[in-house]
Amino acid sequence: MTTASEVETATNEAPRERGRLVYRQRLATRITHWLWAVTLFFMLLSGLQIFMARPDLYIGQQSGFGFDNAVLSIGARKVGGEVQGVTTLFGTSYDTTGWLGRVAEGDRFANKSFPGWLTIPGYRDLATGRVVHFFFAWVLVATLLAWLAASLANGHLRELLPTGRDVRHLPRDVADHLRLRFAHDGRYNVLQKLSYAGVLFVAMPLIVLTGLTMSPGAVAKLPFLLDLFGGRQTARTIHFLVMFALVLFFIVHVLMVVLAGPLNELRSMITGWYRTDPEHRP
Amino acid sequence: MTRLALSRRRFLTGATLASAGTLSGCFDPLGNRDSSVRGVLETANSLTYRVQRMLLGSDDLAREYSESEIRQPQRPNGSTDPRDGDYRQMAGENFASYRLKIGGLVDAPLEVSLDELRAMPARTQITRHDCVEGWSCIAKWTGVPLAGLIDQVRPKTSARFVVFECFDTMENGFTGPIKYYESIDLHDARHPQTILAYGLNGAPLPVSNGAPLRVRVERQLGYKMAKYIRSLTLTDDLAAYGDGNGGYWEDRGYEWFAGI
Repeated sequence: MTTASEVETATNEAPRERGRLVYRQRLATRITHWLWAVTLFFMLLSGLQIFMARPDLYIGQQSGFGFDNAVLSIGARKVGGEVQGVTTLFGTSYDTTGWLGRVAEGDRFANKSFPGWLTIPGYRDLATGRVVHFFFAWVLVATLLAWLAASLANGHLRELLPTGRDVRHLPRDVADHLRLRFAHDGRYNVLQKLSYAGVLFVAMPLIVLTGLTMSPGAVAKLPFLLDLFGGRQTARTIHFLVMFALVLFFIVHVLMVVLAGPLNELRSMITGWYRTDPEHRP
Repeated sequence: MTRLALSRRRFLTGATLASAGTLSGCFDPLGNRDSSVRGVLETANSLTYRVQRMLLGSDDLAREYSESEIRQPQRPNGSTDPRDGDYRQMAGENFASYRLKIGGLVDAPLEVSLDELRAMPARTQITRHDCVEGWSCIAKWTGVPLAGLIDQVRPKTSARFVVFECFDTMENGFTGPIKYYESIDLHDARHPQTILAYGLNGAPLPVSNGAPLRVRVERQLGYKMAKYIRSLTLTDDLAAYGDGNGGYWEDRGYEWFAGI
């Protein structure tokens, strides 16, 4: 087998200076990372299936039928001779034919909130969406608890919490990110810490708790949840917003992996080993 | 209106590529209720049931609201105007001939008229109705606590469930009309907020909301709260009813315990 350094020599280039390999990600971190990846994929697509049964979001305890407390509605309506997909956000309507409200199903259009590739199953099936969603909800919570216990024990949790030094470096770190200049020193920079801590300590608990607030059984036991989130329908709206934030996180996360060197990043999340930059010069 | 629409042709091309190239449809077999993978996923429902049963004491009540939070009529859903002959006739005479039958695994079967039910101690509660679709609606319900009726018929020790059989036909199957039915365990049946409601927002329960009687099971979703109730049967086994899953929607893939 040819090693990387032999290839470099063979192509007659000066061997590049390479940093050393460090054991970056512990087994517990790697397993929970991929469990979340799979779980959140299923939760998102089954969640959108569930949302299709009532594609409206409201503020308050109940849904307004005799009054209007909707903040988002996805539907279809007839304009002239043609049916349009209409999305209404805070009272302003947008024609979203093809994306939302009226989408392709097979080789024709149908009145449906989301296209089939965004939901599990691809066709309308609330019962199955709920079965998938609630199975992975248990997996999600179990993974969170396992991660929390392991990270408390092995010190990973401390790596994620921003320090005073991090906060002072924040402006420089933002500037570095904007110039796409990344440091690979095997430590989290402050923006990474803030986004991972934000996902794990804010978004995840919030999406679990707002999910429980929608459960008539759970709020009989934990009625304060209804007051905390301002009612069942507000909780449903927050649940949806946090989903949106997690999707944004996912997009930025994957983008950063690609920009920072996808092979090295992926290797560290599969084998644990990560190649750092050559030693920093002061 | 702002235009964000795609041209039809461009969209259909994109959609076809997306569905061919991505995971679309891969998980559609989960919709098959005999699929073994679905069977594994459904074990989570029994976990949910057991955990909620463990945590939910009989004194944990669903939130009750104030009069000011009744801001609209109760939204009717499911059957709203049964066409069944026996029901039409009864409704025509204002349910004067209606008799609720309670039987099954009991020592003292019972038949009661609507007037007799109205003469029993009543409970009124302003609660939030949560539909499985995702919407909620707050209304005031008045009715007879089911716990009292159950004590009156003296259940045998083997009784575990109450089955509600209803007047309304949901669809016509090969073997005749399929009528709505539901079931709950005795734990929920004896809960203080579980009532057979004959009143809604201070008036008699209208036909669209389930007249003459509908059950309220406040710690579960709307489809558990059967409307147009014909009879109550106490049983130890749900297999004899419908397709054996404990309810009309349960036979169509929805979970029997709808606390979430």
